[in-house]
Amino acid sequence: MTKTLLPLVLGTAMGVVASAANAATLDDVKAKGFIQCGVSQGLPGFSNPDAQGNWTGLDVDYCRAMASAVFGDASAVKYTPLSAKERFTALQSGEIDVLSRNTTWTMSRDTQLGLNFAGVNYYDGQGFMVRKDLGVTSALELSGASVCTNTGTTTELNVADYFRANNMPYEIVAFEKADEVVAAYDAGRCDVYTTDASGLYAQRLKLTNPGDHMVLPEIISKEPLGPVVRQGDDQWFNIAKWTLNAMINAEEMGVTSENVDNMKTSDNPSVKRLLGAEGAFGEAIGLSNDWAYSIIKNVGNYGEVFDANVGPDTPLGISRGVNALWSNGGFLYAPPVR
Amino acid sequence: MAVQEQDSAGAPARASLVNDPKVRSLFYQVILVAGLVALGYFIVTNTIANLERQNIASGWGFLENTAGFGIIQSLIPYAETSTYGTAIMVGFFNTLMVAVVGIFFATIIGFVVGIARLSNNWVISKLAYWYVELIRNVPLLLQIFFWYFAVLRAVPGKRDKWSFGFDTFHLNITGLYGPKPIWETGSAFIVYAFILAIVLSVVIAKWAKKRQDATGQQFPVFLTAIGLIVGLPVITYFVTGMPVYLEHPNYVEKGPILRRGFELGVGAKLIPEFLALTAALAIYTAAFIAEIVRAGIQAVSHGQTEAARALGIRNGPTLRLVIIPQAMRVIIPPLTSQYLNLTKNSSLAVAIAFPDLVSVGGTVLNQTGQAIEIIAIWMAVYLSLSLITSAFMNWYNQRMALVER
Repeated sequence: MTKTLLPLVLGTAMGVVASAANAATLDDVKAKGFIQCGVSQGLPGFSNPDAQGNWTGLDVDYCRAMASAVFGDASAVKYTPLSAKERFTALQSGEIDVLSRNTTWTMSRDTQLGLNFAGVNYYDGQGFMVRKDLGVTSALELSGASVCTNTGTTTELNVADYFRANNMPYEIVAFEKADEVVAAYDAGRCDVYTTDASGLYAQRLKLTNPGDHMVLPEIISKEPLGPVVRQGDDQWFNIAKWTLNAMINAEEMGVTSENVDNMKTSDNPSVKRLLGAEGAFGEAIGLSNDWAYSIIKNVGNYGEVFDANVGPDTPLGISRGVNALWSNGGFLYAPPVR
Repeated sequence: MAVQEQDSAGAPARASLVNDPKVRSLFYQVILVAGLVALGYFIVTNTIANLERQNIASGWGFLENTAGFGIIQSLIPYAETSTYGTAIMVGFFNTLMVAVVGIFFATIIGFVVGIARLSNNWVISKLAYWYVELIRNVPLLLQIFFWYFAVLRAVPGKRDKWSFGFDTFHLNITGLYGPKPIWETGSAFIVYAFILAIVLSVVIAKWAKKRQDATGQQFPVFLTAIGLIVGLPVITYFVTGMPVYLEHPNYVEKGPILRRGFELGVGAKLIPEFLALTAALAIYTAAFIAEIVRAGIQAVSHGQTEAARALGIRNGPTLRLVIIPQAMRVIIPPLTSQYLNLTKNSSLAVAIAFPDLVSVGGTVLNQTGQAIEIIAIWMAVYLSLSLITSAFMNWYNQRMALVER
């Protein structure tokens, strides 16, 4: 017995070798055959499991687009549902490869957490939802309100700033999970539910009587939501950035999942460059040249994804607004592929 | 071979160093400790190196930064402009409050139910039995949700109330409201009087015990102590000119709709998150304490009861003076574990928005990204709380333990 003890002790000490070398996420992802994607715990329209248990939504489609770019297969994704509180730690520790979970891009998150934001896939802002029978029409009438929200979000900070700036007393009730916020607001614990406006429209669907509630017109913050990757791996960061850019560029060029095969033989050189018929842009980021073709073929361009998940014909019924292309008066503008 | 022959010849047998059991065990212990130290050193340096490489800020400086978020309940002064350090202290005191109040009620309910289970009354013992079986077999988190979400829907809304206790206390979905004592200058004397009364009671109790040992005469210590502890502060209150007054919650019925209901910050208020969490923890832990109490009492031999009866001692004093003191020796060690469990289970507060240490710490973690530091704080706080509880209970256990004469 004593003979086995020594190697055991030493083995324990030596065996715990740092697996933190995260330099080549692309190689790791290719080796394991799928992308581990961090999503929300259930936000309709953005990341939510459907009746069959398949994840759907705008943020989920971004993960599928990345998988298409890397593997040519949109289903090569595994999802990790994360609370707002857990999300950054999960990414930092390497538990997930990319975080696509309606996460607001702020300076402190970008600079102090060892993370990089790969762009903005939804321009949001924080809003307030109240019961219609309160007769409130403006957020400035919310003095004295109890406010339900999620803990560990920028929302919690914005609401504190807003009520302080307008010198209004308030009471904050902050829950860990969005479902509990909805339940407490529905039970009447709070007068106001605050989160990103997109989230309000999504969560309103979960209330007992969605029609009894309204979203106030004020938007009190800038909430650019986007996918996040770890700092220190520029190749993976580039793939994340250009997956999003390819989807936006495709919409701008009118390339859709339906016409992408025809567009491959288009005369337009920028379309040819995007779809890999000209140049070697895919190889430059460590992928094959039809990376963007796969994204659009398997998932669709940004406009298609938006319409399918949160657009006017979905239960959420969100109009494009500021999320329209720059050429249509919105904010979406992707650098060109050339 | 020559050596061995010499050994058998009479000198004390000396095995080689490798085969000496003392040396061997020492050797392996040294190796084990060295291995553990090396492992610890490796983990710490590796973590620091990784954090630096991934550009994750580390250190304790963040505790000085402005928190910027609101907290619904605070025992110490806190505003959005306070620091992260203050916010964590707020969470710590909230945890402490839940633990203390929860332990207090769990102990009372637990003892009552435990004794009730041994009652000769069929209804009472069956009720206690079903209480224990029902409560301890349902997960605690579900019970917290029950007390919060199910009961929350049953109480009146924000602009309505239930009043009880001669209109002094009010309950609605935003909490339990009651009068808040406002301490003005001079009120410190009342506190001094209260402390003095406790000291006097202890002195009288010691004197009464001595007298009883010497003469057999009893003295009504309990009534005297109650009289002192209530009477002295009340007398002081009137002598110093009534420096304490009660601030009643202000129920507004007119004005902007969101301002109706109870005005924020007037009167005393217990938020429903606190009520639900404390109720769930106390009731859940009480079920286990009841079993511990029952086991403790049954561990006292029945001969003790019979002996007490033979001496003509009535049922009440038998329980109080003969059974319980002996049962306590069996009860205290497992009771300590239950107290520790209750304190640690209070971290489930995060599920129902009670701002305890884990909830507030989690917010700070998310705003600053200082995961390792926050988790270190969490672990240190729960460890210290548990060690303090154990130390106190061990001290109490030693006092109660059988003194061998």
